[in-house]
Amino acid sequence: MNLINLLSSKKSAILKRWFDEIVSTYPDATSSFLKTQDDPFANPVGQTILHGIDGLFDELLKDTDSNEMPSFLDNIIRIRAVQGFTPSQSTAFTIFLKKVIREELKDEIKEDQLYNDLAALEARIDKMALLSFDIYMKCRETLYEIKANEVKNMTFNLLRRANMLSEVQEE
Amino acid sequence: MANIKLPKPEELSKIDHKPPQKRWMDTPAEFKQGMYCYGAKGKNLSAVDFPNARDWSPDDKDWKLPENWKEIVLEGMKERLGKYRSFHIFMDICVRCGACADKCHFFLGGGDPKNMPVLRAELLRSIYRKYFTASGKMLGKVAGARELTEDVLKELWYYYYQCTECRRCSLFCPYGIDQAEITMIGRELLNLLGLNTDWISGPVANCYMKGNHLGLEPHAIKNNIDFMVDDIETITGIKIEPSFNRKGAEILFVTPSGDLFGDPGIYTCMGYLMLFHELGLDYTWSTYASEGGNFGFFTSMEMAKRLNSKIYAEAKRLGVKWILGGECGHMWRIINQYMDTWNGPADFLEEPVSPITGTRFENAKATKMVHIIEFVADLIKHGKLKFDPGRNDQFKVTFHDSCNTARGMGIFEEPRYIIKNVCNNFYEMPENTIRERTFCCGSGSGLNAGENMELRMRGGLPRANAVRYVHERHGVNLLANVCAIDRAALPALMDYWVPGVKVAGVHELLGNALIMKGEKERTTDLRGDALPGKEGNEDA
Ligand code: SF4
Ligand code: SF4
Repeated sequence: MNLINLLSSKKSAILKRWFDEIVSTYPDATSSFLKTQDDPFANPVGQTILHGIDGLFDELLKDTDSNEMPSFLDNIIRIRAVQGFTPSQSTAFTIFLKKVIREELKDEIKEDQLYNDLAALEARIDKMALLSFDIYMKCRETLYEIKANEVKNMTFNLLRRANMLSEVQEE
Repeated sequence: MANIKLPKPEELSKIDHKPPQKRWMDTPAEFKQGMYCYGAKGKNLSAVDFPNARDWSPDDKDWKLPENWKEIVLEGMKERLGKYRSFHIFMDICVRCGACADKCHFFLGGGDPKNMPVLRAELLRSIYRKYFTASGKMLGKVAGARELTEDVLKELWYYYYQCTECRRCSLFCPYGIDQAEITMIGRELLNLLGLNTDWISGPVANCYMKGNHLGLEPHAIKNNIDFMVDDIETITGIKIEPSFNRKGAEILFVTPSGDLFGDPGIYTCMGYLMLFHELGLDYTWSTYASEGGNFGFFTSMEMAKRLNSKIYAEAKRLGVKWILGGECGHMWRIINQYMDTWNGPADFLEEPVSPITGTRFENAKATKMVHIIEFVADLIKHGKLKFDPGRNDQFKVTFHDSCNTARGMGIFEEPRYIIKNVCNNFYEMPENTIRERTFCCGSGSGLNAGENMELRMRGGLPRANAVRYVHERHGVNLLANVCAIDRAALPALMDYWVPGVKVAGVHELLGNALIMKGEKERTTDLRGDALPGKEGNEDA
């Protein structure tokens, strides 16, 4: 069996482990909640992570470069970017997958000598990790822009009245 | 290269965040940037005679507390335990069943266990046990009691300004324990030491001195409204002439000052102006009671009462019959739950009767103040208004129930009824996120500052998550509401979590759709954007 087929057949076990790794970055009381409530509106963080990694996993197994990976990553990182994590803490979940796969498929990889396949997959995971840094930065920039815009909106009419806002006039 | 042992990624991610495995009581709060507001300025505290007025910053180690601060807090607690039976009961009866634990938006969005309502209450309850119960005095930590230290005080401050007093948790508590009330009292105690925020104490001082949060002078208010009147004339061809401080008017209209100067609040305000003109309502604005909001409510009951009384004093001075209030959240919680006890009965006013339909607003018998949403729903029910809902066809609308109008006074159907009359496309968010179970905007109770933006984004996540669902499923692009804090805070929330969704008050939508006698053919909506099918005609 090649690695991709193997991963597909073990998808649910791998996702469960990956998910557990990610939620264990939260305090205990929180991680047990994130794991148990499966209503996406009652548990937006847990369910967004779960759906996000599901999508990411499928994307990683495709052999073409994927367009959807950024949006799955964005969903998760956008949350972690405002949860008091450092940049590396916000994005390290991507790399957790390496360890999860190595542990989950330890025997099969050895038996079938899948090291080349594994190296290729890990290179893709590295790419995903790099992409996640870009997304993290974008989220933080958005946050700063929002702060600045809000001040402007709050006093919009006052500034307009005081002729402190000007637009380029058409000749 | 030096021999550095790099942490493994999974370790890296756990550093700092995973709290040490100690009991919550023994883990002092870690103040994180983006999670709290600036400290109050001394001049704003002294303007309203608040104690310990001085400039202070939560970042400083020394909070400049009075020497006998502990005594002050415990005395304050004792006084309130005697005065508010509810508070005493809430301190005693929690069985820690956990039903409320996962209901707070701050916990759901941020994941900090101290934002579980049951733990938030425990922060204060542990002090109560230590100083006011026999078991706590004797057994200490075993009985869930702890000493009041400066660290404990700081923790209380940190987490009681991470509660929006939204009451969602109380809905799920089998005993009806209301964390919002506990937070209010917790904040009162903190205010005894001058531990307020700049974002709250500034508006309180301004409102007290000038009548509104921004400290707008009468001419600034009039100018702003005149400016809207000009815009309305451009859009509809109709010249509106509102009156100010007019004695003998039948109705005094009061709305949050956010509607007078902020975007998108001003469009809601234009909707009010158009509606009143169309009805020929005998009403007046006041440039003195020019604030429907009441940030005093986020400091102490006493301060809230003082600010609330200004509206009634102005109603008396002008000799109006009753008061009509604009779209606001906490203003209505105050009117509905507290006003009568504080400043009632307002028997110099008359029981409100709609001059258009003759409907008697019996629910406002005591306070003499009617919510504009009820007033307008009644008008529509009686067929008094004509609409062209097609003028809102650029919008796919959903409605956010503000915590205060929903859980504070049970307004659920009226705004929906109005929206469905003035818009063709309306979609509800999932059931467990609306009506009494609505999720807070994450910025209520004076937390809508800029410096605590991360807190706001976390707290607003559950709300935004539900908006996102209808955005993706139905293409919803407008989040309607009846609260000025929503209008101020939700745009930021949408920009972060669901870009492409705008925020509007219900009366902006009403203003768009309202067919006015003698109006010209409109080509734009109130924001100046082209109406569907009128693109390219904006300047016509
Ligand atoms: S913010 Fe709302 S849900 Fe959370 S503790 Fe306060 S009142 Fe309860
Ligand atoms: S639901 Fe009520 S009784 Fe149960 S833990 Fe929460 S506050 Fe206590």
